[in-house]
Amino acid sequence: MSGQGISQIVVYAIALVALGYPLGLWMARVFTARRVGGRALGAVETGFYRALRTDASKEQDWKSYGKTVLVFTVLFWALLYALQRLQGHLFLNPDGMKGVPSHLSLNTAASFVTNTNWQFYGGESTMSYLTQMAGLAVQNFVSAAVGIAVMAAVIRGIARRSSATLGNFWVDLYRGLVYILLPLAVIVTAILIWQGVPQTLHGHVTATTVQGAQQTIARGPVASQIAIKQLGTNGGGFYNSNSAVPFENPTGLSNFVEMLAILLIPAAQVFMFGKMVLARRHALAVLAAMFVVFLVGVAIALPAEQHGSAVLRNAGVNITMGHGQSGGNMADKEVRFGQADTALWATATTDASNGSVDGGHDAFTPLGGAVPLVNIFLGEVIFGGVGSGLYGMFFYIVIAVFVAGLMVGRTPEWLGKKLEAREIKYAALGALFVPTMVLALAALSIVTKSGLASIYNSGVHGFTETLYAYDSQGNNNGSAFAGFGLTNFSADFGSIAMLLGRFVPMFAALALGGALAQKKIVPASAGTFRTDGPTFVVLLVGVIALTAGLMIFPALTLGPIVEGLMH
Amino acid sequence: MVRAAISSVIAIVVLTAVFGFAYPLVMTGFGQVAFSRQANGSLIHANGKVVGSKLAAQSFSGPRYFHERPSATSPAYNAGATTFANLGPTNSDLAKNVKAAAAAILKLEGPYNPGLTIHDIPVDAVTTSGSGIDPDISPAYAQLQAHRIAAVRHLPLATVENLIHENTTGRSWGFFGEAGVNVLELNLALDRQAAS
Repeated sequence: MSGQGISQIVVYAIALVALGYPLGLWMARVFTARRVGGRALGAVETGFYRALRTDASKEQDWKSYGKTVLVFTVLFWALLYALQRLQGHLFLNPDGMKGVPSHLSLNTAASFVTNTNWQFYGGESTMSYLTQMAGLAVQNFVSAAVGIAVMAAVIRGIARRSSATLGNFWVDLYRGLVYILLPLAVIVTAILIWQGVPQTLHGHVTATTVQGAQQTIARGPVASQIAIKQLGTNGGGFYNSNSAVPFENPTGLSNFVEMLAILLIPAAQVFMFGKMVLARRHALAVLAAMFVVFLVGVAIALPAEQHGSAVLRNAGVNITMGHGQSGGNMADKEVRFGQADTALWATATTDASNGSVDGGHDAFTPLGGAVPLVNIFLGEVIFGGVGSGLYGMFFYIVIAVFVAGLMVGRTPEWLGKKLEAREIKYAALGALFVPTMVLALAALSIVTKSGLASIYNSGVHGFTETLYAYDSQGNNNGSAFAGFGLTNFSADFGSIAMLLGRFVPMFAALALGGALAQKKIVPASAGTFRTDGPTFVVLLVGVIALTAGLMIFPALTLGPIVEGLMH
Repeated sequence: MVRAAISSVIAIVVLTAVFGFAYPLVMTGFGQVAFSRQANGSLIHANGKVVGSKLAAQSFSGPRYFHERPSATSPAYNAGATTFANLGPTNSDLAKNVKAAAAAILKLEGPYNPGLTIHDIPVDAVTTSGSGIDPDISPAYAQLQAHRIAAVRHLPLATVENLIHENTTGRSWGFFGEAGVNVLELNLALDRQAAS
């Protein structure tokens, strides 16, 4: 790796911790304080609960909490579907977009309510401004806030003793939206507009180019949507090529800010966790494990992309860095980002469940493309999605503590709670359901004619495209080997993957939180396995590598590894 | 269940109003007032007409202009339907496209760059960009084209190199991203040079 590449990564990591720490403490306050902010803000908040006809002081147990999430999501899903189907007859449609076909609408609605933002469509050529603003962008906020709310509830379950309840969903939803996501989104939007991202209600422009051709230029309320799609680990772009498009991401600085926004809340929530359960050293160990896997990813992806693909090397063109170019595998990458910023982004966006891209993953080298594929398969727990990343990590932590307990022959304890059969079952379900489903759906897609129809690149790479598609949708990431095409089959299988991939782990996490909340605290003894320090970091990384890591390995050998060996 | 449904419907209405309308509209107002050029798409005007955007590549052909990177959009440089090429690293079409692009460059630039071989062609010149409308080329590719531009336009090479330098965007704050040369702005500067 070049000095420039390494220094970019170091600055990124420092900025992440420097901003994530205070934000995490603030988030802990938001989810524990009786009232956040002054009297006026409090009145608005109370007004919201009154409008909803809900008693904010009444807490819910995990089942009731989960049910509310489910009802809320299903209704929003219906609205999003209707909006797409009817957009041709509605307002805020200056470019005359027609209604979206039904399978695509179902897939897109599922995609946005599950915080996946998988895109089987090109935004600037499919969706009206109304659909983008009042439909998709709202979900960018709401699905993110739902994830954060569930995480806050699960953390309360860990922190409380002998309690039946986890909190009130509407309170957690409101506070996540208003006190965390909205202020951050406003700041990031302002920075992005300043850097050149459009924010207008005017329609497409037709330019007469220097040599007399006509060029259509799509614009719209872009910045406000990009800000939240980065912050809420959503990833659904305004344009088809996502943050590779200069209108979404015009400069090196905007790129850095957008990259920071991907992992900001996911890093902050680890600090929030540490504060809420009063176990700072444990949270630091979890954060350290995350950094280890993150750095391993970058350290593989960046050199692989800088080395370039066999096709480019064999062609003989100049791919050497220096003398006025960044070199490397420039296929489907932008000059202003080069290799370092594209590889770093690809790692961050798949460590989190973001899925936005600033370069095309389909064109990555076999090894470079394997990094996002594996990152996603690990369940996006390396920082992870907003909310979902940390509660996904809890599954691995519980398994790690359990394994450690088996090794030393004691009842496993986590933060003073005894882990028994029930908790281990929930954690195993949460950790193993999605990887199993992903492999099954990818396999089904590979052996059926309708499944094969989606493949764009033939041969081994086509297999990887398919695996990536279900990996990404099942884990609610949303990035793609974008050659993978839309058919009714792929749209519907994708919808199933996204919905199950969102709600099975979410309910496993809520059940885990509910079970832990009921327990008493046992004082730590000399025999208690320590969940801080380097030993635990190694154990946690090892457990992640041994569960999901080993599950993906056979598929990895059929895809990227074979492709890498082919030339 | 019914209570949750009632609360949900009301929440959906309120949240759509706030996050679907108020938030983007307020931000639009802010953008239009504070940064109106950027907020409207960084459009470039000439003689009262829009000739393009600083942020979108456009098609340049013939020897008189600097050329953009290849584009996978349809038609090329369509800023209304961006796309990747999505050709995998071992795809034979990728090899074909790269070879064809390199051959075209050798034919165009060869006469003005004696001894030019494929090993001198920077990789960005023969690969599609991520967006299909990457407004930049690498300084190395601009330098390669400078000799042709100078010869065809009867300008001293130093003048052309100066213009390249003036239209090179360095790393943001000298650190973030990579340097690139904005082709549309560079070509417009060339035309202004010719007019003066």
